[in-house]
Amino acid sequence: MATDGPLVLGIESSCDETGVSFVRGTTLLADAVASSVQEHARFGGVVPEVASRAHLEAMIPTIERACADAGSRLSDVDAVAVTSGPGLAGALMVGVAAAKAVAWALGKPLYGVNHLCAHVCADVLDHGPLPEPTVALLVSGGHTNLLLVRDIADDVQSLGATVDDAAGEAFDKVARLLGLPYPGGPSIDQAAAQGDPRAIAFPRGLTARKDLERHRFDFSFSGLKTAVVRWVQERERAGEPIPVADVAASFNEAVADVLTRKAIDACREHGIHDLQIGGGVTANSRLRELAEQRCADAGISLRVPRVRLCTDNGAMVAALGAQIVARGHAPSSFALPADSSMPVELVQAR
Amino acid sequence: MSHVLLAIDTATSAVTAAVHDGTRVLASESVPDARRHAETLTPTIDSVMAHAGLSPRDLDAVAVGVGPGPFTGLRVGIVTATTLGLALGIPVHAVCSLDAIAHEIASRGEHGEFLVATDARRKEVYWARYTVRAGGVARLGDPAVSTPAALDPAVRALPTAGRGPLLYPADFGVVVPVTDVDAGALAGLVVHRLEHGGELLPPTPLYLRQPDAQPSAAQKSVLS
Ligand SMILES: [Zn+2]
Repeated sequence: MATDGPLVLGIESSCDETGVSFVRGTTLLADAVASSVQEHARFGGVVPEVASRAHLEAMIPTIERACADAGSRLSDVDAVAVTSGPGLAGALMVGVAAAKAVAWALGKPLYGVNHLCAHVCADVLDHGPLPEPTVALLVSGGHTNLLLVRDIADDVQSLGATVDDAAGEAFDKVARLLGLPYPGGPSIDQAAAQGDPRAIAFPRGLTARKDLERHRFDFSFSGLKTAVVRWVQERERAGEPIPVADVAASFNEAVADVLTRKAIDACREHGIHDLQIGGGVTANSRLRELAEQRCADAGISLRVPRVRLCTDNGAMVAALGAQIVARGHAPSSFALPADSSMPVELVQAR
Repeated sequence: MSHVLLAIDTATSAVTAAVHDGTRVLASESVPDARRHAETLTPTIDSVMAHAGLSPRDLDAVAVGVGPGPFTGLRVGIVTATTLGLALGIPVHAVCSLDAIAHEIASRGEHGEFLVATDARRKEVYWARYTVRAGGVARLGDPAVSTPAALDPAVRALPTAGRGPLLYPADFGVVVPVTDVDAGALAGLVVHRLEHGGELLPPTPLYLRQPDAQPSAAQKSVLS
């Protein structure tokens, strides 16, 4: 167990997971997560007010569970890190307020960190210090981002992002269309296992030459979603059965193809030999498979943390907090905002 | 016997914090900011504690108003209170925020019945009816939410505190000039109830409304 470096408490509440963790250096000591995902299932997507209510209910029990798992008391904490954005405003506020209360009560420094940068940083808990520079691809229900990370605590640049739906949202919508359960990522992946990924040629968003000029590293999934809806509608009108497995596999392939293709392109463009993938959609088996294959072909080394660290959690927040503390950066103020549209370039909010 | 209490409330348009020593308010501050509770509350707490010359370790308890009030701000006050309680190992006492406004009015020597109606947004108010009796003020029934026009005309005609009568002057009677919760009054109310008995609640919000969400329509409708 790591005994070096400050003990950092991390709090995450940007979407539908309440996460509280303890990290020392790059060692994860406790990772408690309470999820409201099942409460959103009947709505087919995250309902902000439902998420905010769940965060408030879960916050104290989750902090207590993290303390018990770490064998630590809150008073042992040397610094408090919290997601200050981006995310759902009302949800973020619960975590930000709780983090401020802990830091103020115990007289410890507070660090408001960027959720996207924290996703990238999660991997240090599995594989040690990040190779820098690295390209990072983040794919989840809330985000689809391609980042150039020169220094995880100081220099993160956005290369591209989705111009419409996040990849995970597209999974949810297509799953609903096919009558598969929420959340869509795992259920599509499962259905796709029995299907033919080449059965239907669904479009790859923003990959045409004219799009590549302006949106080289951006993503679009709404056209793909519409194409799937149309394809299914036509079959229904013709009274034909829907080959659910083939639709799922072909959709899965289209998403994985465009994500990995652009990520590898970004590495080539910037002469970078390291790619890291994070976010909940990394649980998708086809995305992992295709990324491994294409990285191997391109001579790029790929880092993917274990799935538990890819989804939202307090561990990634504490991990980034620990990096920022290690650089000796000044803490954030107690007036730290919950910034729902925090730009990715802002690793730490003041 | 000194019992140092930090009181906070975020159920109305003010972010408010006060320190009370069991006998009197040592320091109190209200920031009129209905949209930035998460930013404003901890600096306000820090400021009143500094004015009182106290540090967090000097606190014996936390008091918080649990609404009703607009949800996002309300949660900031409640999670701040419960987390302070956990971090400092001290109890958290909660009361209905409207009761704190009523307590302030009663302590000004008002008599008889009156109404507290605060802004619930969406053209509605959170409201409760009170009467001043020997030994204090009593709420008549549970707090509720409705449009001003949906209240009984006899109830609306009562002297009314809170932002309700300022937002909907045509719907209410005489304005009682206490518009938002003051944490000093909330602290006084909690000290009074700790000493004389009275309703202390768990620190969970009085939402009074279901979450604003429609279950998605039948799955087939995506195709139509
Ligand atoms: Zn995330």
